[in-house]
Amino acid sequence: MTVSDGWQRLHPLSPIVRGGRGTIAVVVVLLPTLFRGGVSAGELIPLGVVGVLVVLGFVSWFVTRWRIDEDDLRIETGVLRRRSARFPLAQVQAVDIVRPGLARMLGVAELRLRMGGATGRAGRLAYLPAGNVEEVRAHLLALAHGVPGTVAPTPAEAPEGRVLTTVPTGRLVGSILLSDVGFYVEGVLAAIVVTAVLEPSLAAAVVSGGGLFWLLGVIAVTWRRFNQEYRLTVAEAHDGLRLAGGLVALTSETIRPGRIQAVRMVEPLLWRPFGWYRLQVDLAGQQRSEGEGQAQRRQLRTLLPVGGREQVELLLDRIVPDRPRDPSPPPRRARLKSPLRYRMLGWGASESCVVTTTGRVRRTTCWVPLEKMQSLRRVQGPVQRRLRLASVHVDTAGRAAHAALRDRDVGEADRALARLADLARAARRPDRSKSQRG
Amino acid sequence: MNVLDFHDGDGVRWRSPSRRLLLLRRAEVAAMTVVAALIAGVGVGLRVGALAGAGAAVLAVVLGLLGEQVVHRRFSAWGYVEREDDLLVRRGVLFSRLSVVPYGRMQFIDVTAGPLERSLGLATVKMHTAAAASDARIPGLERAEAARLRDQLAELGEAQAAGI
Repeated sequence: MTVSDGWQRLHPLSPIVRGGRGTIAVVVVLLPTLFRGGVSAGELIPLGVVGVLVVLGFVSWFVTRWRIDEDDLRIETGVLRRRSARFPLAQVQAVDIVRPGLARMLGVAELRLRMGGATGRAGRLAYLPAGNVEEVRAHLLALAHGVPGTVAPTPAEAPEGRVLTTVPTGRLVGSILLSDVGFYVEGVLAAIVVTAVLEPSLAAAVVSGGGLFWLLGVIAVTWRRFNQEYRLTVAEAHDGLRLAGGLVALTSETIRPGRIQAVRMVEPLLWRPFGWYRLQVDLAGQQRSEGEGQAQRRQLRTLLPVGGREQVELLLDRIVPDRPRDPSPPPRRARLKSPLRYRMLGWGASESCVVTTTGRVRRTTCWVPLEKMQSLRRVQGPVQRRLRLASVHVDTAGRAAHAALRDRDVGEADRALARLADLARAARRPDRSKSQRG
Repeated sequence: MNVLDFHDGDGVRWRSPSRRLLLLRRAEVAAMTVVAALIAGVGVGLRVGALAGAGAAVLAVVLGLLGEQVVHRRFSAWGYVEREDDLLVRRGVLFSRLSVVPYGRMQFIDVTAGPLERSLGLATVKMHTAAAASDARIPGLERAEAARLRDQLAELGEAQAAGI
């Protein structure tokens, strides 16, 4: 199948994969019937429901068509309310391949177009044959960059470009066991075991009465984290950083440098003996659209779930090349207001980037490229006024990372406010021509 | 740009909301004080005695007067300056805040007026950027000034627009 010859349909198994958990539930409902071979009267209703679902799935597959024109991707769908969506390829920010567990079993993959603009809506082709998806992706990217058909299809699975960092599984397991969520699970499990030894009846009561579901929930959170961060690999490609990883659900995503609003490095207390860090980036736009997976909905994307300092530096060199060195500490009297985190507070600025550090237990360092700064706020509370201190907050479009120059001397805060406003203005200027494209 | 630009004097003129906003806030406090004094006076007066009732009413009035002070200081804390490239907005007495919002970052501008504000010919102008934390709101502008500010900001925002 070549990629640009008129209208095409999705893979026939698409509705099954889209059904996800629903499909599995249907199979579970049908299994006893299949094994017994006969149909009893009580099973007619569930069977009827399943039949209707199958027909609906088939119809939704049948009416959905897509094609690639010269400069846009068109997707048509719907029976009663026919919907035709056009995705101009010039506005494509990235083309991601997503493969949930069920899709991998059935040999299909989803292609997701990330569009620029404030709405950040995403075009989904769910699902295409797995063997075909890399070819379509390469074709779309080639058209998006204005060079039709010159990009050769790349081999599937292997992330293109030079691999920068990856996560050894042993270290990932260790890091999760030593994380806050992991500790929670371990603590609860230990408590249950101890109770079971000392007072078996009480443990049984706790486990049977709701406690079990709660425990399962916590384990599920831990599992999800492991599943997403398993063998997470960052590679450098011509159009940005390419992320690929996952145990059951494979995802691959490209992060253009211009999409990064802020970078956050976290160092939890228990990781410090090992010299481990976690590196996350905050991305622009709300990529919230119908039916998108959980993993794609978060704005904070983990680049490095756990890694050493040199790996962090390697990635930081790509994202924020011009980093300010040696954050300056606040005045000593700030100790009275923030006794715990005083030691970690600091900030620094270079021509293009501001860095802030905070946190006693979870040391957090936050870099914000000044061209991404949205606004500045200088805030002074009553205690700070008494101590002649003030904080300056750097607001970005991202939500999770928060850069703040906490508890600085009043004069320094004012100077910082003026200087950051100036630097940000200078940093925005060259950005203007670039952002016209995206 | 001088550091002192953020403070009064040195060439920067902080504009403040209309005096009618102060009037509105004072009227609100006054109305609440009257109601509180009546309830306290009558309630305590019936249960304990006329003298205690009068005392409670006086207490409510004293609190109301303190409230007037607070309202007055909060009103004077509001201010805004349109500079060449950004808008400064300051507010707050206990927690004082000063926001710097570059025109190029403004996504849209809201002009709203509640029923009370409208009856006095006032409006609130609010600037939105891509950051949810940005906090640039100016209440109690006279309607003509609100419209001028809105148009001015929209024009500057368009001229200096930068991507996200």
